[in-house]
Amino acid sequence: MGSPYALAGQATVTAAMIDVQNVSRAFGMLRAVDDVSLSVGEGETVGIIGTNGSGKTTLLNLITGYLQPTSGRIVFQGTDITGLGPRRVTALGMARSFQIPQLYTGLTVLDNILIAIAAHSGRSADFWTPMYRSDCVTKADELLALFGLRDQAAATVSDLPEGGRKVLDVALSVILEPKVLLMDEPTSGVSARDKFSVMDTLMPALKRGRVTTIFVEHDLDIMERYAERAVAFDGGKIIADGPVADVLARPEVRRAVLGES
Amino acid sequence: MSEPETHPSLPLAAIVAFAVIAILPLFLSDWITFLIALALAKGAVVLGVVLLLRGGLISFGHALYFAIGAYAVGFLTNRFGIGEALVGLPLATIISALVAAALGLLLMRFRGIYFAMLSLALSMILYTVLIKFYDFSGGTDGLSVRGFTLAGAAPAHPGLVQYYLVLVLTAAVVYVGARFLASPLGYLMQAVRYNEIRIEYLGASASHAILGSYVVSGAISGLGGALVAYLVGHVSPELAFWVSSGDFVFVAVLGGTGSVFAPLIGSIAFEFVKNYALKFSPNTWQLTLGVFLLVVIYFQPQGLWGLLTRLRARPR
Repeated sequence: MGSPYALAGQATVTAAMIDVQNVSRAFGMLRAVDDVSLSVGEGETVGIIGTNGSGKTTLLNLITGYLQPTSGRIVFQGTDITGLGPRRVTALGMARSFQIPQLYTGLTVLDNILIAIAAHSGRSADFWTPMYRSDCVTKADELLALFGLRDQAAATVSDLPEGGRKVLDVALSVILEPKVLLMDEPTSGVSARDKFSVMDTLMPALKRGRVTTIFVEHDLDIMERYAERAVAFDGGKIIADGPVADVLARPEVRRAVLGES
Repeated sequence: MSEPETHPSLPLAAIVAFAVIAILPLFLSDWITFLIALALAKGAVVLGVVLLLRGGLISFGHALYFAIGAYAVGFLTNRFGIGEALVGLPLATIISALVAAALGLLLMRFRGIYFAMLSLALSMILYTVLIKFYDFSGGTDGLSVRGFTLAGAAPAHPGLVQYYLVLVLTAAVVYVGARFLASPLGYLMQAVRYNEIRIEYLGASASHAILGSYVVSGAISGLGGALVAYLVGHVSPELAFWVSSGDFVFVAVLGGTGSVFAPLIGSIAFEFVKNYALKFSPNTWQLTLGVFLLVVIYFQPQGLWGLLTRLRARPR
């Protein structure tokens, strides 16, 4: 906090929600994320595009503390969170969904939701009152309806189709009522029909709640429809950053990300 | 595994089952009565093992808490002359919980085979201490547990009083176990089995869930050990030996992990098969037990409890 860099950051007009400062992460010889700086303001909706292996998921892993940067620092609401693990970062108000859904596969959909609700209300250590408390079940039911999962509430997660698991994974992160929500390909594996209906309910709700949203997406339709700002990755570096239409129109982005010659 | 404990007929069935067990001493010999009480008390320890099994953790050292509970009673009666169960039982439970809290801080970092082996090692340390410190623990001779009293009165038929004491406390332990399994911590413990990454990303801690469960488990198991000490009237280092730990895991698998009643059913089956196997084939009783478990696992992987739920589901 006391460093001149922090003071300089606070002096800018738009208070950054997340400030990634010159962050690099190497795996052996490979620089998966190479000197990346990215500042995202409160309530912004940022879509990240890039080919496989261009560093998108690694950046999410770095921001949420699953991986530690080789160099650089990550500031969240003016607090340096570099080096904190996922639990601490989550407690500060960040939530995240995964490219491969991270769920309790042997439990039911409703169990999964209720565990998240209990964790969010600080009841993880409670070994006496039932997890199936009526107010929690009501809340869970609303969420299941919002995400179109109500019919599958009693289904075991491992029996769910991939699209359903994907949506549930997003739902678990939304339950935490985060200030910042990071989603890794939220619609991959979700059927073409369902993906828009889910995003149509989710994205305006996030907007209303002024949730800062960062999502990785391959689907350019989703990108154009829901993101305000696009960030293009190539080879671990940001090659373009700006309004979605501008970024997608740039020749270097079309070459690197869309494979156009 | 995730079958909820909310089946409406379950509490009624449980009340009927405990009522039946309560009138059994009217019809059965003292020996069988003792055997049932012993099985129920050990069933509490097995329940402790099952609470951890739900999180995919095999405690191969639960004889540690069994022995701590039993020796707490042993010391209290033998060294301090306090035979009062209303002192001994809470004390044994609290000491077990405190030891579990301390060791849990270490164990919560480990999973799988490492958790199993480390808990085994810790229990064997206690075993060695009990054997070597003769002046303190009575060595291999152990300690006799004398002068049992309940609420200040020395009962004329201690066996019968202890039987009902065990019955009431086992029912209480089953109740605690049922509340635990239905609680957020109980579910979080199952979540540990499936996905620790998501737990951390919910802002919760898998390690803390394990620690909390371990303390509850240790307390329950210590109480079971204390009850066995009063029942048997003697404590010895064998209580902490790894074979004793192995028996608890054996019974947990035999009974199944699907319900809080499963450990009791498994424990009663185990004690009876073991005792009759000893009686009819003194040289091959372990073989009999082994075959029994193999048959149960082969035909009924959910344990004996799975057999009961299957029978209940059939008539529809």
